[in-house]
This record gives sequence, structure tokens and C-alpha cells, in this order.
Amino acid sequence: MEQFVAVKRSKDGQPVRYLVVDDSVFARKNLARMIETFGGQVAGEAGDGVTAITEYERLKPDIVLMDITMPQMEGIEAAEKIVQQHPEARIVMVSSVGYQENIVAALQRGARHFVQKPVKAEVLYEVIKYVMGEDGTAAQAAGAGA
Amino acid sequence: MKMELIQPFINAADAVLAQGLQCPTSVGNLSMDEEAYRRKGVAALIWVTGDIEGRIVIDLDPATAVRVASRFAGTELPESDDLVRETVCELANQVIGNAVTSLNDQGFNFRVHPPVLHTSEHGPKSSEDTEAVVICFETPVGNVFLNIALRHNSSRQPERTAAVGQ
Repeated sequence: MEQFVAVKRSKDGQPVRYLVVDDSVFARKNLARMIETFGGQVAGEAGDGVTAITEYERLKPDIVLMDITMPQMEGIEAAEKIVQQHPEARIVMVSSVGYQENIVAALQRGARHFVQKPVKAEVLYEVIKYVMGEDGTAAQAAGAGA
Repeated sequence: MKMELIQPFINAADAVLAQGLQCPTSVGNLSMDEEAYRRKGVAALIWVTGDIEGRIVIDLDPATAVRVASRFAGTELPESDDLVRETVCELANQVIGNAVTSLNDQGFNFRVHPPVLHTSEHGPKSSEDTEAVVICFETPVGNVFLNIALRHNSSRQPERTAAVGQ
């Protein structure tokens, strides 16, 4: 898999911490592999919206990657509940169901961005940089590319 | 079943398989199936409800499922690995999600339910008056079968016609 220039937190230069929410173990592993190539760290995982809310409270990640179609509580509802409590939460919806109504609903209820599955690493990388904004910085690791 | 319902699934499966396997695929045999669904190997089933109702099954023989899952995971997986079944479910999720996105752009509104692993030998039909279309996708790692049994939800037809006509 392609290696990207690491995206770090501007405030302390530490890796960006992610909460990955998807009912598919395969999808979570796939996203975790991509996060690794972005120089990020998977702080936690969740398989449904309810667990995502409790894990967000516990971990306070920099970014949440959130699926939409999940058992118990769907991703858009979970995103809304997280953002109600934490307006600063950066939530990126990652779903195969990418029609306009879904995207608009997700954005209106607090998500920052939307990425359609199958996820292309280069697309997700650009979205991560955009969503982190000034709170993130892409910097070549020492010795990388040597 | 109308071709306008089937084509988005063919396009989505072709695109998702080609990207995941990093190789071209081709549509092979296409047939109609009026019998109850008979599983070939590792199968994931997804129900859709709304303007269109029914179910879609993605089915691979066990050896093909391992090869496909290994390609998607980027590492060799053993046949016993749960990740093989997980990958088939996620493959179904992505194909159906992308097809639904396309159909929604055409004015159909419906809900996709989470994929479930289909373990019984015989599967459900979506209704008594729905026949299934079975499409075989030929890939370098084996054949992937898409079994689609969908029908327009007649109780929602006037609703949709009104919405499209606005």
C-alpha cells in the first residue's frame, strides 16, 4: 500500500488518533491499514453507533471514521449525538451508500465530510488533511524516503 | 424484473470487484432462477426495503472466497478465517450500497439493511411473485455470483410517481 506523508497534530506533533466505527471487521481492518500509512494511530474501534458514542467519550479521538448502515444505531444518528455533546468532534462518514440525501443528512447532523466505499486511500488522505485543517500538519518523518 | 433495476448492480459489482482485486472482471453467464435460492459457498445476503423491495445475495465457492478475501485484505488468509466471511459481507455491502446510490439518483428511495452471512443451504425468495436474476462475474481468482430478487413496491408507486413528477 502507498505510504503517505504523515499527518500529525499541530499542537504536539503526535500522530492523529482515530476512532474507527464499522460493523464489518474487514472494513475496520482495511481503514486501520490506511491510517497506518497516513502516520496515524487507531485509538479504538466500534461495531455500532451506541458503542461509538461511549468510545468517543472514553477516547476523545481527533477523528472518527463512521459507517452509516450498522445494527443497533446507525452512523448518522450516532454522529449527531456525538456532535451534540462535542461540537468540536471531527466525524467523517465512510459508507457505500453515497446518494445525495444521505450525504446531506450526515452533514446537516454534524459530520464534517463523506467518503464513499470502496475507499481509495488517496481520497481519504486528502479528506483527513482537509478535516484536520490547521490542527493537522503533513510532515515527512525523519529518515523517510531515504 | 426490469433491466433498469439490474444494471446498477452489474455496474457496481464490476467496479467494486475490479478495484478490490486490482484486475479486470467480465460478466459471464446471466440466468433466471425461479427456484428457492441454493447457496454455492460463502454467501452474504442483504435486504432492501422501500420503493424497491427484495434481497440480493453475493455468493462465492469457498476456495474463491478465500482468494478474493486475500486480495481484498492484501494478505493470504486461511479458509477457516472469519475474515473471509467478513470480507464477503463487506463486498456485498459495497456492491449493494453503490448500486443503491445509483438507483436513488434515478428517484428510487429505499433502505439498505446490514449484510448477514447466509448459512442455510436454501435461501429465501423476496416474494412469491419475484424471480431471481443470477449474474456470474468472471475474475482471475474465480467466479462471483450475484443473485438478485427485487420488485417494485406497488404500495409506494404513486408516492414515487408524485415525487419524480415534482
